[in-house]
Formats: sequence, C-alpha cells, structure tokens
Amino acid sequence: MKVLVTVKRVIDPYVKVRVKSDGTGVETANVKMAMNPFCEIAMEQAVRMKEAGVVTEIVAVSIGVQQCQETLRTAMAMGADRGILVETGTVDMQPLAVAKLLKAIIDKEQPKLVIMGKQAIDDDANQTGQMVSALLGWPQSAFTSAITVNGDTADVTREIDGGLEKLTIKLPAVVTTDLRLNEPRYVTLPNIMKAKKKPLEVLKPEVLGVDITPRLKTLKIEEPPKRSAGVKVADVKELVAKLRNEARVI
Amino acid sequence: MSVLVIAEHDGKQLKPGTTNTVTAAAKIGGDITVLVVGQQCADAAQAAAKIAGVKKVLLADAPQYAGAVAENIAVLVLTIADQYTHILAPATGFGKNFMPRVAAALDVQQISEISAVISADTFVRPIYAGNALATVQSSDKIKVITVRATGFDAAAEDGNAAVENLAAGPDTGLSTFNGQELSKSDRPELTAARIIVSGGRGMGSGENFKMLEELADKLGAAVGASRAAVDSGFVPNDYQVGQTGKIVAPELYIAVGISGAIQHLAGMKDSKVIIAINKDPEAPIFAVADYWLEADLFKAVPELTQQL
Repeated sequence: MKVLVTVKRVIDPYVKVRVKSDGTGVETANVKMAMNPFCEIAMEQAVRMKEAGVVTEIVAVSIGVQQCQETLRTAMAMGADRGILVETGTVDMQPLAVAKLLKAIIDKEQPKLVIMGKQAIDDDANQTGQMVSALLGWPQSAFTSAITVNGDTADVTREIDGGLEKLTIKLPAVVTTDLRLNEPRYVTLPNIMKAKKKPLEVLKPEVLGVDITPRLKTLKIEEPPKRSAGVKVADVKELVAKLRNEARVI
Repeated sequence: MSVLVIAEHDGKQLKPGTTNTVTAAAKIGGDITVLVVGQQCADAAQAAAKIAGVKKVLLADAPQYAGAVAENIAVLVLTIADQYTHILAPATGFGKNFMPRVAAALDVQQISEISAVISADTFVRPIYAGNALATVQSSDKIKVITVRATGFDAAAEDGNAAVENLAAGPDTGLSTFNGQELSKSDRPELTAARIIVSGGRGMGSGENFKMLEELADKLGAAVGASRAAVDSGFVPNDYQVGQTGKIVAPELYIAVGISGAIQHLAGMKDSKVIIAINKDPEAPIFAVADYWLEADLFKAVPELTQQL
C-alpha cells in the first residue's frame, strides 16, 4: 500500500528561540533548521512498515518555503521514494490552509495511510492531522504509540492523559505520531547521496485550487515573563526551612 | 455572544480543566452552555450544572460516545455549532483530539491552547514551547478554541443550571473503541495536584521512583516525570510533563534528577514555587528554580521525606 508522510521544516529543537525586539516574530535568520521531531517519527514509521513489507511506496510532502526541499531530501534519505513540495513562499501558513493543501494532494495520490507528526514544535498547534482527517471524512488516530495494519483496518494504541487507548480504525486513515511510536534512525551518507537522485515535484498552491490566506492575524510576539533568579540552598535542612518559612508552600 | 464549552469528564465527575475552560468562556462573555457527551454520564452533567456562570447543560448520552471517539464527538458538536459564536474545550488529550475536526468542518482556523483572553476575537497563546507568547486575532465567524487550564482559575461550583437532553448524533462507524489501559493511582491527578514531585533521567530506574512516591505521599502530591524518564521506560507516558505532555502549574513543583530540557520547562515553568535537586551544578533546571540543591538525589530525597 502507498503511504503519504508529511514533513515540516522548523527551527532546530535544540536551538534557543529568540523573540525579535520589534515584536513581529522570532529570529530565523542564520538559525539552524531541522525536520520537526514528530515528522521524523512519522517518516521512521513509514520506513519500518516498508521494510516489513506492509508498505510499497512512501511519498513525503512538505509545505512552505523553497528550502523545505532540504527537509524532503532528508525524508528521502530516511527512505521516502519521492517528495512533493507545495511552495507557499513567505505566507504565514496556518493549519487549516495546510490541511486543505494536503487534502488536495491526498485526493490525487490516493494513499491508504497518511502519517503525520502530532504537532510541530514551532507553533505547537496540534491540529493539522485531525483537520486533514476531518476534511477527507476519514478516521483518525491522534497521538499514536503503536500501529498494526490488518488488511483494510489498523489496530492502533493512542497515548491519552490517563494512560493508553486502543482503537481499530478503517483504512484509509490519518495517523499522528507520539514520542513512543519509534526512535528515528540517523541518515547515512550513502542514503543522502541516493536521495539526491529521487524525484521531487514542486507545486504552487494555486494549482491545487486552495486559498491559503491566513485566518489568524498575529498582532504581536513577545517574550514570556522571566522568573526571578533562585536561591541555592546548602542542604535539605535549609531547603525545608525555606519551603516552610519563606515560600510557605508546605 | 454565546459560548459552548465541551466538558471533559469520566462519566461521574468533571476532569480538571473543564472549570478553568468555563472561566475562559466567562472572560469572552455571553451565555455559557456546557455540553456533556459520553456514555452513562448523567452524573457528570449534574456536576457541570453546578459550575458558576453556566446557563445551560446539554447532555448527549449514547453508546457511540464511549471512549470519547473523536469522529463521533465532532459530528455531534457540528449539529449545534451554528448556535454559538465560540466553541471551547480544554487543551488536553481529550480536547486536542476532536476540536480540530470541528474547526476544519466549519472552515475555521482553530486557536490552540490559549492562555489569556484579550477580547472576544483576540487571544494569547504560547508558541515555541512557551518561549514566546503570540497575541492572535481571529477573523472567523465561529471561534474554535482550546484552553490551557493553567492560564485560568477554576470556576466556582455554586451554580444551578438546567440540564437538557441533546439528541445523539450518528455513529460514524469510522473507528471501533477497544478499551483503555488507565494508570491506577490513589495520588492526585497531575493537572489538578497542588504539589508535584517529578523525576528525570537521573532517577536511573523505574524502581527508584518508589523514593519519589514516598515523598509524594508525605506531601499529598502527584508524581510526574520528564520525557527522558518516560522514554527510558521508568514510568508510563501519562506521567510526562512538558511541551507535548501535560502542562502543569502547581503551587510547588519538585524536580528531582531533571536536567531541564526546553521541552520539559515548557510544561512546568508556570508553577508557583519550583525546587530542583540535581548533582550537576550546570543543570539548566536551576535557572528556573526558586530553590535549588546541588546534591546526590539518592541521599537528598530520603532525607527530605524524613524531615517533612
């Protein structure tokens, strides 16, 4: 079966994010970018399913600036067979518009399974997978920690606030990944070289007939209030005294 | 204006977060209706009727809502969505699961995890793991919003709203609920606890978490963990505090053997008082701690338990 995986280009999760002083956003100039960690887990899952003989083709899709091609090359080095970039330039892409673009591509590609990260670590929206699923009228498994495909259904385990939940979903479906689904592999140099030769299609949103105008206007971006510097205590006795007499929380 | 709040509950009681979401609704203004949807959840509807400021409670009780399957809940909400200007749910595993489906079907851009209400169309939400706060204005006709409970106080529970039955929506049949494996504990829930004791990779093993449980029991606290501790298999996933786990803001947060990765700080840095115990003097957790003790946790934790 064919699987479609989405990959988002974000600020590297290990980079300290700095808010611009004019309040318009965060600093992205000369900042290291990377594939969103949850999208890496999605890619890894697709590759493992292909290695297990369940999946025959993996199509990776990214949406955003031209440099997302690098993210797609990483996906192809991990094991995607080809890539599709919807180039949206500098437009502030919000989940609803992204979901509509993905639906248009899914209508064309007809995958049996769509695997997406549960959230991107930049806007922390945690929406797009569920939205794609709703627009398609498909079942969803959000925050997935295990998946087994059985013909036209899949048994999934989801991480919920109280523990775990098990569902059987009909295919085609959208699955979003949680941290415990797998541990993504590192890409190897030979695979990076091979990925350069894999097909990468670039599309414009107009071709897909989707209006990507943002619905949310960002009025300002600011730094959160800072915590005041703390106090080092010498031992447990002093700690207990501070908690009792100063903080008064116990 | 009229606001619909979708309650999170376990059939009998409301889950923490629901009453905070009602407070957010009250800040928006207008009449507040609470929807309680589930299987055998009449008691939860009665609990919702007691939340101060709620005008009406709608109860949709049917087998297809067992396990709060996202597809079926979203379809139900859509049957009444056009009666409201705002639709709110807590930004928990429950709300995050179905709300984007509601938003997409309404052709609305959801506003995720708001931490403050500026006006009926303008909200503040944390982005980049809480390292930045975005103020956003929505141009959509219906605002679909998830609410970060720690940004709002819990509403009082001295109300007396009427409970009405709402006809169940269809069973979409898209997925089958096969059950849940819930962690059983007599300790408070993480998101409702006044005190939280959390352990990280420094704990070394799941066995060593017993030490934290003893401390927690002495304090009446909940036990949490960093992602590293969960990924290492020390404790189950529902212990995780952080950007993609639970967001907590207790009165006292005790971080033990936690280095303080950005994604962990995102989940707990709004706690009133933070104490950190770590043997590494360079641990980033010390930067957000009110009190920090540079010590071997295996000595310090039992000593702390003993002295309390």
